[in-house]
Amino acid sequence: MATMPASASDLLKSFKLKTKQQELLIRVSILCLVYILAFITRLFSVLRYESMIHEFDPYFNYRTTLYLTENGFYDFWNWFDYESWYPLGRIVGGTLYPGLMVTAVLIYRILRFLRFAVHIREVCVLTAPFFASNTTLVAYFFGKEIWDSGAGLVAAILIAVCPGYISRSVAGSYDNEGVAIFALLFTFYVFVKAVNTGSLAWSLASAFGYFYMVSAWGGYVFIINLIPLYVLVLLITGRYSMRLYVAYNCMYILGMLLAMQIRFVGFQHVQSGEHMAAMGVFFLMQVFYFLDWVKHMLSDTKLFQAFLRITVTSAVAVGGIALGLGMVSGYISPWTGRFYSLLDPTYAKDHIPIIASVSEHQPTAWSSFMFDFHILLFLFPAGLYFCFKRLSDATIFIVMYGLTSMYFAGVMVRLILVATPAVCLISAIAVSTTVKNLTVLLRSKNKVVQTGSTKGSGGSKSSSKALLDQSQPFQKNGAIALLFGAFYLLSRYATHCTWVTSEAYSSPSIVLAARGAHGNRVIFDDYREAYFWLRQNTPQDAKVMSWWDYGYQITAMGNRTVIVDNNTWNNTHIATVGRAMSSYEDEAIEIIRSLDVDYVLVVFGGVTGYSSDDINKFLWMVRIGGGVFPVIKEPDYLVNGEYRVDKGAAPKMLNCLMYKLCYYRFGEMMTEYGKPPGYDRARGVEIGNKDVKLEHLEEAFTTSNWIVRIYRVKPANNRW
Amino acid sequence: MEARIRARVNLALTFFALLFFVAGSSPPRQFVISNAERRIDLSSHIINVHLTLKVENAGTRPASEVVLALTPTEVDHLAMVDASAIKGKRKKTTSLRLEVKPTELPDAPPIDTKYFTIYLANPLNSGESTTLEVLYVFTHFLEPFPAEIAQSESQLVFYHDTALILSSYHIKQQTTFIKTPSTKVESFIRMEPTNRVGTEIKYGPYEDRPPYSISPIHVHFENNSPFAVVEELVQEIEISHWGNIQVTEHYKLIHAGARHKGVFSRVDYQSRQSSNGASSFRYLLARLPPRVHSVYYRDEIGNISSSHLRTDSLKSELQIEPRYPLFGGWKATFVIGYGLPLQDFLFESSDDKRYLNFTFGCPLIGMVVDKLTIKVVLPEGSTDPSPVVPFPVEHHLEAKYSSLDVVGRTVVVLEKKNFVPMHNSHFQVYYSFKPIFMLAESLMLASAFFMLFVACVAYIHIDLSIRK
Repeated sequence: MATMPASASDLLKSFKLKTKQQELLIRVSILCLVYILAFITRLFSVLRYESMIHEFDPYFNYRTTLYLTENGFYDFWNWFDYESWYPLGRIVGGTLYPGLMVTAVLIYRILRFLRFAVHIREVCVLTAPFFASNTTLVAYFFGKEIWDSGAGLVAAILIAVCPGYISRSVAGSYDNEGVAIFALLFTFYVFVKAVNTGSLAWSLASAFGYFYMVSAWGGYVFIINLIPLYVLVLLITGRYSMRLYVAYNCMYILGMLLAMQIRFVGFQHVQSGEHMAAMGVFFLMQVFYFLDWVKHMLSDTKLFQAFLRITVTSAVAVGGIALGLGMVSGYISPWTGRFYSLLDPTYAKDHIPIIASVSEHQPTAWSSFMFDFHILLFLFPAGLYFCFKRLSDATIFIVMYGLTSMYFAGVMVRLILVATPAVCLISAIAVSTTVKNLTVLLRSKNKVVQTGSTKGSGGSKSSSKALLDQSQPFQKNGAIALLFGAFYLLSRYATHCTWVTSEAYSSPSIVLAARGAHGNRVIFDDYREAYFWLRQNTPQDAKVMSWWDYGYQITAMGNRTVIVDNNTWNNTHIATVGRAMSSYEDEAIEIIRSLDVDYVLVVFGGVTGYSSDDINKFLWMVRIGGGVFPVIKEPDYLVNGEYRVDKGAAPKMLNCLMYKLCYYRFGEMMTEYGKPPGYDRARGVEIGNKDVKLEHLEEAFTTSNWIVRIYRVKPANNRW
Repeated sequence: MEARIRARVNLALTFFALLFFVAGSSPPRQFVISNAERRIDLSSHIINVHLTLKVENAGTRPASEVVLALTPTEVDHLAMVDASAIKGKRKKTTSLRLEVKPTELPDAPPIDTKYFTIYLANPLNSGESTTLEVLYVFTHFLEPFPAEIAQSESQLVFYHDTALILSSYHIKQQTTFIKTPSTKVESFIRMEPTNRVGTEIKYGPYEDRPPYSISPIHVHFENNSPFAVVEELVQEIEISHWGNIQVTEHYKLIHAGARHKGVFSRVDYQSRQSSNGASSFRYLLARLPPRVHSVYYRDEIGNISSSHLRTDSLKSELQIEPRYPLFGGWKATFVIGYGLPLQDFLFESSDDKRYLNFTFGCPLIGMVVDKLTIKVVLPEGSTDPSPVVPFPVEHHLEAKYSSLDVVGRTVVVLEKKNFVPMHNSHFQVYYSFKPIFMLAESLMLASAFFMLFVACVAYIHIDLSIRK
């Protein structure tokens, strides 16, 4: 009888958590919630539309994933695709980053093994949100590594909903970036961890993280340039240590060997100009180590100084000569155009129109920074300030990552994505430190008031108490106000992120939705209508010519051979298509016949007012075509430097193939009440050539809203 | 095309052969058909032939087997044959379904005539007569001519037949009525007396024709009814004892009429609908059971947004629109799926078995289904399944692995070729199932999570580090 209450109280005591355990519980549950939040906030598109693949490139990834599930890895690795780039074909296994597909198939196999009857499409659709969730975990650990667990938690929350990242990782956006950002952040985190600990295990992990990144996305070049740069900065600032030596060498050598296993990278990793910085820093490290050793051996400082001078000069000279020789002999390939255009934003516009024509390669506008980062844009400098205040190897890394990626984000819209993790981490430091300082202020003040008699528990607390005691009288109220301000800002951030995700980033762009006259939702599903028509009602081996934007979608959804697609590896081939589209019909038919084309597909928004159609893209076709074939001249299509399609348009414009295909029989069409027939709603003008006659092509199919029009190439007339 | 010509040549040869071998051996001519009336309905691509025969036993012995004769071409396109005996006079008629079976008559004329035997309920005594009603349903029997048409043309088809009813019996008097969908008849072969009024062509009456006498005719007429044919339909009915039946139907649809040729112009199709694409079709109507829920309509590349569902207490109607209008020769594949409450379809039989009672058929109205496969997925752990179908079908068993299945589910697969809406009827699948199996999956999940948590606890409490 007597033991009962004692045991009960023991039991109760054992259930009561200690402060540390409570903290752990709270931390783990916050992380779990963030994990789930990051996943579900990306599901707007599935709820609004359906579980489908978005945009353009994801369709290629989906198609290859399907191939991988059906035919296995070896067939995938050796896949020669006859269905694209007719008649050239494409060595798919050697020209893609297989990380994404392999990941999706792996998840699919695991789920299948666990007896979940899922379709590979569902796995593909949800891959990006799943990896976004994982990224939040990495962000937590990264934040914990560079600052403390509070900053880590805030970083996880910030990155979970940050629009800059969501834009590329909503459900259905099955693209390399989805897994690559996870891989990027993971590599950085593990590398920083390796630098902090000097552990071989962590640097090995970072080599594997790098390998995964290389297998997933071409953006790995950023890692292989940023890490050497970081190492260089550490060397210059005199922070060279054995830890750094171990971390970098292991990561570089193993990472390089692993990266070379990816066929698309292969020997580029030791030969191309973009990777030379890493190699140079690698040798520099050895020189440093050697010098360190010599310094250790030599007791005479003067002698060492002389030795140092000789070694450094000769090392630099040898490196320079090797680089020069490599460049001259062609062993080291020069920088690619994409790399150049990153360093010099105007480069692409002058030299490579095909890169400049892609909207996501445009320089970033200020508004999109605001749109994608919201308050992080203000918190970022504050975070930098805190980082500089507490400089360490880790904070130097995050500062460098933040600054370089911010620069790149300014050069290209799509690179906002790369900057997002850094911005979130640095802002998290700002938020976490500010909130912490403020709460410390509040709590110490309380302590002073209520526990005047009890002795101060810790040295730091008592010192801050001592500091506070003589501070201003309104400090507590000020702290409360600031705290509320911070929470207000953060809640605004959350609202903004949700709004942006739901309104801007969750549209699949295959299906277009608009508001009808009565406020109801109108769906334009014309793309799939056309692709499905192609799939069902054209011969299996039909060749479809269209502008390259639609290549991936036609092969994936229409299952037909295309001339060019979004893998813009052969500029001449694309220019040929551009030339055909911008020539007169009888000239174009020669090109079309020489390419063995059966169907020509154009996208036309004149009926619905859909503005990203082929007429609006047409000048790029002219430019790219003209870049290779000088017979095509841009001024021929312009009137006084102005691009128009109405009566005042240039005669060549009114009679080129693209114009004819888009506006064929459009002149009979009443598009809007009170407007003449043939009124183009996308451009708001009445078209200039209403009597379009086609001689060698015939209309094969037009979708219900005219967005996609497909023409059949008539067989050549008999010569007799 | 060539195959079709060859088929027609064969048909003609058969007719000639028939004419020549009339005098040859034939089945015991016990019966004489005193009056035959045939009504052929050509209004859609499913041809219904109603044959009313007044059969008289002219032999000496009672007989109960009446033989029907069909040409091989007809048999190839025959979807179903149904016979019933009519009793009573005028208004008080009752019909009694009779058994019909394909038979071989070895002493029949040595040509390809195929026979079906009707088994009368009571043998017919000598001198007695009875009235039989026979329904033939033919599919793919109308031949589009011209075989390719442009968008603005309407579809013309040939119907081949004989003015005289092919029979192994002497027919004293016969008449044939052919009903066309519209008055637009390009041509037809006359065989006096022939009469055409409105949408009906009347052949006959013809008197006293000997057995196997025929007279080939054709009718060339306009038929713009949708020639919608489902080449293959796979219907999967998955039973879950937790209260739901999930039905998934995979369709391969084709417009089997005259092939579309040349241009498809959206302007013309939108603005001049009456004269354009008359034979094409856009909408399909599916009649689903009442209380249907979570209906979807999609294809390989995603959801198709153009569908409407109307439900009331007696039936649900799903109107679907393929992604594009179907012209001759165009195809579309799609999937319709829906859930149904379990208690409407699953019952317990007296011998402690359960049975599913479901409609054998295609929910889309007016469809010919070339190959219909019904897969009934029984819950995991169910044993000795046995299907009961009112007409002959092929069936076999399969296994299917759905979510969290370990041993797999038994699947009863029923296959039927050349299915027409007249076949629609209920079928049953009987099986035994122990309710304890319902808990298997939930227990499995619970134990998996339990193991996970145990592993977590163990991991926290065990120190795995090497260094001490």
